[in-house]
Amino acid sequence: MSETVYEVMKSQGITRRSFIKFCSLMAAGMSLAPSFVPVIAQALETMPRVPVLWLHGLECTCCSESFIRSSHPLAKDVILSMISLDYDDTLMAAAGNEAEACLESVMEKYPGEYILAVEGNPPMNEDGMYCIVGGKPFVEQLRRVASKAKAVIAWGSCASWGCVQAAKPNPTQATPIHEILTDKQVIKIPGCPPIAEVMTGVITYITTFGRIPDLDREGRPKMFYSQRIHDKCYRRPNYDAGQYVEHWDDEGARKGYCLYKMGCKGPVTYNACSTTGWNNGVSFPIKSGHGCIGCSEKDFWDKGPFYKHLSNLDGFGIEADADTIGLTALGVAGAGVAAHALLTGVKKSREDHESGKTKDSPSGPSGKDQ
Amino acid sequence: MGYKVEVSTVAPENDEGVHYIYEAPVRLWHWINAGSFFVLAVSGYLIAHPFPSLMGQASHHFLMGDIRFSHFVAAYLFGGGFLIRFLWSFIGNTYSRELFRIPVTSGIWWKDLAREIRWIFFLEKRPRKYYGHNPVAQSAMFVFFVLGALLMIGTGGAMYGEGLGEGSWADRIFGWITPLVGQPQDLRTLHHLGMWFILVFVAGHIYMAIREDIVGRQTSVGTMISGFRIFRK
Repeated sequence: MSETVYEVMKSQGITRRSFIKFCSLMAAGMSLAPSFVPVIAQALETMPRVPVLWLHGLECTCCSESFIRSSHPLAKDVILSMISLDYDDTLMAAAGNEAEACLESVMEKYPGEYILAVEGNPPMNEDGMYCIVGGKPFVEQLRRVASKAKAVIAWGSCASWGCVQAAKPNPTQATPIHEILTDKQVIKIPGCPPIAEVMTGVITYITTFGRIPDLDREGRPKMFYSQRIHDKCYRRPNYDAGQYVEHWDDEGARKGYCLYKMGCKGPVTYNACSTTGWNNGVSFPIKSGHGCIGCSEKDFWDKGPFYKHLSNLDGFGIEADADTIGLTALGVAGAGVAAHALLTGVKKSREDHESGKTKDSPSGPSGKDQ
Repeated sequence: MGYKVEVSTVAPENDEGVHYIYEAPVRLWHWINAGSFFVLAVSGYLIAHPFPSLMGQASHHFLMGDIRFSHFVAAYLFGGGFLIRFLWSFIGNTYSRELFRIPVTSGIWWKDLAREIRWIFFLEKRPRKYYGHNPVAQSAMFVFFVLGALLMIGTGGAMYGEGLGEGSWADRIFGWITPLVGQPQDLRTLHHLGMWFILVFVAGHIYMAIREDIVGRQTSVGTMISGFRIFRK
């Protein structure tokens, strides 16, 4: 806690010049103005490193895999210099009782000062017995560590929304952490996995400015989640022009047209992929010729299929989306109208016929008419 | 004009007069609304099921852009018209209120409704005359059109707000709907279902209006053009 970020960097042989470069990169990464560079530099020089406890619940570790591939800043800079990653069972050298002791000591030494980062979520069925960490249900560890945390970060779609283990019928009752930690502000960093630069960017922001970034209605940092993939997609001009890939091997696919007809969920997905890209900005799904599957959106596993832009709806048979259901309903209504019109016509002509008969015999309807 | 909602607008059997029912703003709104809904349904369907792909440079075409533009223009007319029509129900005559206020607490209204349902199912010999809407028409318009339009304005407005961006007027007014229904993809699903919901109403509405003209005892389509209801027999 006593060491500042700059001191740690200096001790690793990083020059002042590289340090300032690093600050500029940080400012750019968080979409801040150049005037923020000295602010960041000063913060890193004076603020003590923040202890981070990284818990793992039901998850696939893809968030960690993504995180260690961050290039702006490098994950090693974040882990070794900017934060004090005191507990992360996947990355730490210690194991077993020693690892658990680390967790306890940070909670005792720095109550209310550490950041809790959660990867995965707790399954609530059978009293949480589907996920055991250190001999106890994960949900207990989560509640206990969260109770003294300064801020809680939900890494990835598991912690934020539930993700695949919470997809229907969700047998273990996997539950996103904001529904467990109802008294805490949870910063959601959804994605399966989230973009590495987004993950490190959020940590940098918190350690640099000592507060959590501006969040949107859903609890996601505005600087990374305020626009849809579609809004900044480089294939958007093809969408507006009406140029689409119709088959995976057609001319449109070769020319890189919009993947809307192939079920791309870019228009309904908030994430930064189309701006930051993946793997040091090399590419992202659409750039590689495949539609977005909407992995940073709530329950995206249940909004399939991935290759149609309309979701199938439950309870209406296989492959029924809103339009097939609607068209069927309209067909039924049309048939009803036609049948009713037919009956009306039959009834009217019979009445006309009868009233015609009545006119012929002014004495009123008589027995012989029946 | 005092603010009052008449429970029943059943006309006397012997009334064969001519009555001014729909005021000019109501009629104007009705046809603008019908036209904008037509444009919305067609352009909306084309947004969901776009034309076959165009070839050549993207800068040479703006087909989807134009279709979406027409959708948004019609949406402003539809949504704005709906709001003005609602406000007019406080200003206009008693018939202008029928669309938004259903007298469900009145026993007479329910009796009239039952009578009208029997007529539709050929269980009554003679149709009744109504100055305004019969209860079946009134309930159908409320359930399918008013609630349907609110669904479409809400989900459509939320999606429009996504395009305008966070903090835009549409996002501030409608943005809360997205987490309420789930996520943006659910807005899309509901918006599709809403169109079919209203189209089912349109089919029934047009049929019943024309049928009323033929086998009923009063004008119907013409009333929405001229404003005058003419009773027969």
